[in-house]
Amino acid sequence: MPDIQNAANEPEFPQQSQLEEMVHDIIAQAQQLGADGVEAGVSIDTGLSVTVRLGEPETLEYNRDRGLGLTVYFDHRKGSASTADFEPASIRATVQAACDIARYTSVDPCAGLADEARMATVIPDLDLYHPWQLGVDQAIELARDCEATARAVDARIVNSEGGTLSSYAGMRVSANSHGFLGGYRTSRHTLSCSVVGRQGDEMQRDHWYATARDYHDLETPIEVGRMAGERTVRRLGTRRLNTRQAPVIFAADVARGLFGSFISAVKGSSLYRKSSFLVDHLGKQVFPDFMHIHEQPLLKKALGSAPYDSEGVATLARDLVLDGVLQGYVLDSYSACRLGMETTANAGGVRNLIVDPGDKDLPGLLRAMDTGLLVTEVIGFGVNILTGDYSRGVAGFWVENGEIRYPVDEITVAGNLRDMFMGIAEIGNDMDLRGNVRSGSVLIEQMTVAGA
Amino acid sequence: MSTSNIDIARQRLLVPAGIDENDLDRLFGQLLGHAVDSGDLYFQSTRYESWVLEDGIVKEGTHSIEQGAGVRAISGDKTGFAYSDEIMMPALLQASEAARAIAKRGTESSLQAWHRGDANILYPALDPLERMSADAKVRLLRDVDAEARCQDPRVSEVVVSLAGVHEVMMVAVSDGTLSADVRPLIRINVSVIVEQDGRREQGSAGGGGRTEYAFFLEQERALGYAREAVRQALVNLEAVDAPAGSMPVVLGPGWPGVLLHEAIGHGLEGDFNRKGTSAFAGRVGEQVASPLCTVVDDGTMQGRRGSLNVDDEGIKTQSTVLIENGILKGYMQDRLNAGLMGVAPTGNGRRESYAHLPMPRMTNTYMLAGEHNPDEIIQSVDKGLYAVNFGGGQVDITSGKFVFTASEAYLIEKGKVTRPVKGATLIGNGPDVLKQVSMVGNDLELDSGVGTCGKEGQSVPVGVGQPTLLIDELTVGGTSA
Repeated sequence: MPDIQNAANEPEFPQQSQLEEMVHDIIAQAQQLGADGVEAGVSIDTGLSVTVRLGEPETLEYNRDRGLGLTVYFDHRKGSASTADFEPASIRATVQAACDIARYTSVDPCAGLADEARMATVIPDLDLYHPWQLGVDQAIELARDCEATARAVDARIVNSEGGTLSSYAGMRVSANSHGFLGGYRTSRHTLSCSVVGRQGDEMQRDHWYATARDYHDLETPIEVGRMAGERTVRRLGTRRLNTRQAPVIFAADVARGLFGSFISAVKGSSLYRKSSFLVDHLGKQVFPDFMHIHEQPLLKKALGSAPYDSEGVATLARDLVLDGVLQGYVLDSYSACRLGMETTANAGGVRNLIVDPGDKDLPGLLRAMDTGLLVTEVIGFGVNILTGDYSRGVAGFWVENGEIRYPVDEITVAGNLRDMFMGIAEIGNDMDLRGNVRSGSVLIEQMTVAGA
Repeated sequence: MSTSNIDIARQRLLVPAGIDENDLDRLFGQLLGHAVDSGDLYFQSTRYESWVLEDGIVKEGTHSIEQGAGVRAISGDKTGFAYSDEIMMPALLQASEAARAIAKRGTESSLQAWHRGDANILYPALDPLERMSADAKVRLLRDVDAEARCQDPRVSEVVVSLAGVHEVMMVAVSDGTLSADVRPLIRINVSVIVEQDGRREQGSAGGGGRTEYAFFLEQERALGYAREAVRQALVNLEAVDAPAGSMPVVLGPGWPGVLLHEAIGHGLEGDFNRKGTSAFAGRVGEQVASPLCTVVDDGTMQGRRGSLNVDDEGIKTQSTVLIENGILKGYMQDRLNAGLMGVAPTGNGRRESYAHLPMPRMTNTYMLAGEHNPDEIIQSVDKGLYAVNFGGGQVDITSGKFVFTASEAYLIEKGKVTRPVKGATLIGNGPDVLKQVSMVGNDLELDSGVGTCGKEGQSVPVGVGQPTLLIDELTVGGTSA
């Protein structure tokens, strides 16, 4: 094998000062062209991804991506441009393109940089960078162990989509004409596996994954593989349900989507366009009074953490929902201005949204539900943020007397998010930490299940 | 045209870096080592712009340029891949060295003499960004906004977005094929919110294709999208809760063809069938649909969003019959999976960009027209759902379960279309659903050109279409008993 193997994934980043020079140069060029406000960012990402299928390496991919982008303001007229080409002539052309666009956009009093006083001045180290000096052979071995474990779980596992190990590292630097300058490095490593089970004519697949900033925090290939195998096998023998009303538990990994919809409904662009069912709900009860939802952007090592938002505003921990009452919206400086409010440092989204857990584990929640539907997979896009109407395809398990009876699929669950949120009876303590939204399983009192 | 596309691509992609055919030979020399069966080099340059109007004014414009080259080495069923965003020999040699690391065994192979690949001529090699002035683009957005607002006083919000892409690609394959394409792509979307007595609803419409922006001015197309978005939103103001349960469903013509894309299209992509993970694997020659159904994937439609002159592996696109009179005829293939399955590639090898691996993807997927008048189809249903517009859909290709979500639908009661109902997700089983098709309309339509398909993290533009269809039983995920 070629000798590049062991140096394969060592990130080779330039000095941060080099990228800082680039962004300052971009800002200076735009200012020379007459821009009265400029923000610019540069990023470099590298990665390696290996998939092993049926015990043999299937794909080996090396990633290396660069990008730079800027937004300019000329008297509240906005223009943006980006490129992956770092040649000085291309950068000049990109700056020119952004400025050209701003000649055609209209004056919008809210368009501009965020408030200078809100800029992050100290960039805390959030411990987000843990590069993995991973050789290709080692990556193949880990992916192979993971897949082999999954395939060995049960004789009904007859096929595989493979085990995949990927490792990425990135570096980004941002600045604006208020004098804000920030930069940091991040890493992310993911081990995943998906296998196929067969029983008679029925085929089902399921998967599992682990992901973390630091590879020491990943579950082992054996753990991930076993979960993937067990999740696949338990889906064999599906039945359909008749149409009915029933309580529903969304398992922790799919429950996160419900809170993603909540965020979509309280983000500034949905609110000023009045395209959310939660317009004018600040200070109102939107969840039951036992619920607490907060944002923790400064958590060490967490997947959603960031020291500043995409406008350079210092991020901060805050409550979104306290005792079920909506405490704040998710705003950037533009949407805040449109609403006559202040930015909440959410340009680019929320960072580590945490739904506080209750005291029951998933079996405890199943017992609390007694009879109903446990949803472990949702498919489709049937969520209308404007009206709150919710209708999605699901797969999962029918539960009776607090115990799983049989797997079900080809059914839908439907309701309205307003009622679903208020109808949350309990949150489990089985927090899924693998993403930007952290929640346990969610028990909802009643939804419409449509089937045969 | 294909000749001149190669010249355009060479000028744009290779000449600035001083790369000529001898350099390509050198790169392949590096790539095709002792154990690599085949490989390709994919060069691409893409310029993209978008403009957004909101609150009656043009608020945002963006412009981006991306270019680079992807290098792929194939050894049996193994693929090595690396790419560079610099089209320069040192970077490309480094990428070639990295990509070939996958190969452990494989046959000895060598580069064949260069020849130009065959290609269709389905759209002009133009740059849509340059073919209309910024002033005219802004005027177009404003006209669409004004048209939407003058439809009805209940219109409260209008967002219009316009986007254009100019893509130049060239692919050099180790079998000696040298192919290139210049691909324009445009799109406009109108989204409106209407308000009445405190109730708000939305509607959206749009269109596009591989052409220039002037397309939107012809036949008042863009203004038509504005009228259509408002019409849909006003219908939704009257919508009652959708029914829940299994029932007959009539699907309207055009975009509801997303049914075909999800229910069978993905399941007929070669990679899933070669690996045996699709619910359709090993079923060629079997009855998978009612005899009324003939479904094709056609990458050769003039100017369509899903069309390509050549695919991203240098194979000329074609029209592939997937299902003929209900019988499964074949799969959509790229080079890798066709080779491993011992069939010919079908021109469906597509990739999002140079930084992504190609795989079998749909182009324009549609069902051929049948014999029934659409009115007859609706009259035949005693109680059911008539769904005419959809949002997106999704499928689990292994279990075959698929969903698609209606955004405009009506109840059918005693053979008549009655009240509009709220959006609801429809769910079914891909290998079964087309067996339930009992009537096919004579009104085949293709969608207006806004579809984007996602697979394994890669997005590509696609088209769908169908005539009016009656499906005897499908599960409707509403809330009303």
